[in-house]
Amino acid sequence: MSTSRRDFVRTTSAAAAALALAGTRADAAERASRLVVPPSPGDPAVNELLAKALDAAKASGASYADARISLGRVQTIFTRERRVGGLSDNETFGIGVRVLVDGSWGFAATSELSPDAVTRVARQAVAQAKANKAPGRKPVTLAPAPGNQKGTWRSDAKIDPFTVAVEDKVALLLAANEAALKVPQARFVNSSMFFLKDEKTYANTEGTLVAQTIIRTQPSMTVTAVSKDFKDFQTRQSNDIAPMGRGYEHVLEAKLVENATKWAEQAVEKISAKPVEVGRYDLVLHPSHLWLTIHESVAHPTELDRAMGYEANYAGTSFVFPPEKVLGKLKFGSPLMNIRGDRSQPGSLAACGWDDDGVVPESFDIIKNGVFVDYQTTREQALWLDSYYKSTKRPTRSHGCSYAQSWADVQFQRMPNVNLLPGEKDTSWEDIIAATDKGIAIIGDGSFSIDQQRYNAQFGGQLYYEIKGGKIVGMLKDVAYQMRTPEFWGALDMLGGKSSYQLGGAFGDGKGQPAQSNAVSHGCVPTRHKQINVINTGRQA
Amino acid sequence: MSRPISMLDDARVISRDDAQALAKKILAMSTATEARVIINSTERGNTRFAVNQVSTAGDSHDLTITVRSVMGKRVGSTSTNRLDDAGLRAVVENSERLAKLSPEDPELMPELDPQQYQEGRGYSEATARLEPGSRAAMTAKVTDAARAASLVSTGYLETRVTANAIANSKGLFAYNRDTDVALTTTVRTPDGQGSGWAGGSSNDASRIDAAALGARAIEKAKRSVNAVAIEPGRYTVVLEPTAVGNLVQLIAGAVGARNADEGRSFFTKPGGGTKIGEKVVDERVTLVSDPYDPETLGAPFNGEGQPTRAVTWIENGVVKNLNYDRYWAKQKGKEPTGAAGGTLKMSGGTETIEQLIAGVTRGLLVTRFWYIRPVDARTILYTGLTRDGTFLIENGKVTKAVKNLRYNESPIFMLNNLEALGRPERVSASESGNAGPAIVMPPIRCRDFNFTSLSDAV
Repeated sequence: MSTSRRDFVRTTSAAAAALALAGTRADAAERASRLVVPPSPGDPAVNELLAKALDAAKASGASYADARISLGRVQTIFTRERRVGGLSDNETFGIGVRVLVDGSWGFAATSELSPDAVTRVARQAVAQAKANKAPGRKPVTLAPAPGNQKGTWRSDAKIDPFTVAVEDKVALLLAANEAALKVPQARFVNSSMFFLKDEKTYANTEGTLVAQTIIRTQPSMTVTAVSKDFKDFQTRQSNDIAPMGRGYEHVLEAKLVENATKWAEQAVEKISAKPVEVGRYDLVLHPSHLWLTIHESVAHPTELDRAMGYEANYAGTSFVFPPEKVLGKLKFGSPLMNIRGDRSQPGSLAACGWDDDGVVPESFDIIKNGVFVDYQTTREQALWLDSYYKSTKRPTRSHGCSYAQSWADVQFQRMPNVNLLPGEKDTSWEDIIAATDKGIAIIGDGSFSIDQQRYNAQFGGQLYYEIKGGKIVGMLKDVAYQMRTPEFWGALDMLGGKSSYQLGGAFGDGKGQPAQSNAVSHGCVPTRHKQINVINTGRQA
Repeated sequence: MSRPISMLDDARVISRDDAQALAKKILAMSTATEARVIINSTERGNTRFAVNQVSTAGDSHDLTITVRSVMGKRVGSTSTNRLDDAGLRAVVENSERLAKLSPEDPELMPELDPQQYQEGRGYSEATARLEPGSRAAMTAKVTDAARAASLVSTGYLETRVTANAIANSKGLFAYNRDTDVALTTTVRTPDGQGSGWAGGSSNDASRIDAAALGARAIEKAKRSVNAVAIEPGRYTVVLEPTAVGNLVQLIAGAVGARNADEGRSFFTKPGGGTKIGEKVVDERVTLVSDPYDPETLGAPFNGEGQPTRAVTWIENGVVKNLNYDRYWAKQKGKEPTGAAGGTLKMSGGTETIEQLIAGVTRGLLVTRFWYIRPVDARTILYTGLTRDGTFLIENGKVTKAVKNLRYNESPIFMLNNLEALGRPERVSASESGNAGPAIVMPPIRCRDFNFTSLSDAV
């Protein structure tokens, strides 16, 4: 929905008048009324509000400012067995203004969208930046970036999920549940769909004004099997179906009904699976599992703010530190390992046209032939690596990794899609299993935990299979592997080729205080890691 | 300092009168069989610091309306923060439209009739009035001290003022306003070889002693350098209250009665049924969620408008209550539990940390745990690591810093291996440092805590 600019200004003026009357206590509910219907990105009314906020920031003393107005919509449908447990449609609309005053950041946000309110919030951000000034402060400076960016960008979604009838979505989930419940001992089924649409317009004082529509989709299912004696229960989550930056076509392609029977049978099979014997095994990791190991052990420690101590109080620091001793030098893993940051891959969760600094993201090498060569950066951070970039004859510029989860949150460095590139030979998952004498194959992500510098990690999965003499001989349970990051990646000795490459990912990548969620994909191929420590997690209560 | 001006009231969040008027207006638009309106008004402020200076700060203001409509036996829910008439009408109509599209809900419970509530006491003016300038001054108590000690501090101060209201088409109305504040800091040595953490939270900002928290983190950072590696295995541990909170709050996440009855919970009895009445941990352990206890103030009502009450989950080691929602309570012939989400207090003893340490021949002192993730729901088994202050205890004394360790352990096993308890205190038990529900925990000593590997992380 959009309103013409005239209507918009008229309505907001009325809201401003209501504000002036607020003290008279006329009608309480009326006073709470503020706003107009949300305009779509690129609407002149939105652009005018952004311009107003930037003008107010500059007039109050900001050397740089940017502002984001976004309308975020989230739809969730949750079912269990034959019942819809929740059906909700939520929207949030507002503006966040970030300013730089004498090298200090300030940020303020409000859901009140009127010319007066955005002016006020810009001044509030400036006042806050001034409050944060302190003697001897090291000023924030921004790496140069091309200004005057204009345009629009949209996720690669063929079917906007918000245009699909809710009853069709419900029917699909209930049909999938029914298929799972036909499997004896599969006693409980949860299934859900999650859709997000964020219409975001960004402007900064360097002339940039861009509008983007970001769409994300996740269908998912969990089947729980309970043993007859009530002494064991096992679950199978459908997390081999990744969340994607795509539309409803992703739900249809996930084939929930067709897959539900298989997932239910696997949950049941897990109950009678053989508990794993602890020891060292060659691990064969499926992309539906490996993406999370990459996320935790490669993507997080190569965030520059972490390495520099900015996230020490929550997300942690990094073993990839200090920059001058590791850039171009640290042996992160086997020479087979090539890792790239990327925000362009269609359908990936971190894809965008411009980041929240207004920068067009670039694809960049993070690990080249096993050696660490670059960090993830924003405009604020790129200058921290200036001497490295100069010495390697590269421009000092942001890789485009700035992101805020909503209008109400300040942007900061968040990971792009961090991908493991395929090997040169077109090796398949089956080829790797066939080449393995004593090992465990792991499918799907499960339990995960890693230390604050990203050295020591423990990962579980959804399905574990024992490999003997190049063949899968049966299912295992209670498996988790423990690893030290450089050794684990150093033990990489086989990886899949191009045709085995797929995207995994998550909506809930947490970092920052207040904690913000980032959505990110990790493209990867199956890998083999030699002689990794496996523990048995089953204990008796 | 300019402060945010709201159209809502002089206060930063919606007042009771305004909330009631707004809810009435929305309910008047409803054509549903039954309708419920939830109003959530928040004012959040935060100041982050890194490398001994403020890095970012933010203030945000929002008011969200959620409408739940029941059409016959069909339910739909929508929310918005657009408060003009068109926005309010749209949120009502959309929830009714969603409800009509939904199948009938066999577990539908009718809306509650008007209820009597106790007064919520969680609002503090000191927290509500903490401006960016005062926040910066508060964090400077940590950063100045760290700089003076040639150490590097990072941390986070958050305040939250919330007003929640709930109203329904049967005339129920409930309103509560409260505040939260949390300050956490991690102080590191410049070479990255030492790290110490301290944190606190309250509803009242005047009860947060920033200088004392900073001093504790500084002292831990200094003591934690030159950490030595020890063999993973089973150790007697003295857990500081934050570390106890990190793990014991996981029990509160597993008390759902329905999961227990369905056979997919630690609280499932082998053969069927629940473990209510069974002893599951040491008899010195009592776990209570009481929103009216001055130490664990919480909301006087839950999301359905049901009055909350003090709930004892475990009493003297025995499972006393599990959490029954209204539907499951009806199925099982029980009273709905009416627990207030999140707050938790554990019984304690009289020993000081020093006394707890004095009772250890060889063991570990743990400041806090990190990256705590579920491994096995059958036993509430979690994995995670120690962080920011892990020390070796030998012959009753802390002798040196040790490298961090990964554990695979359940709070249930831990509380079965209990040796001694200290005095409970309010902790900041969330990993993210966000201001949240009150968790009050004692320091404890327990044996055979299961560490499974060593970490090089400082």
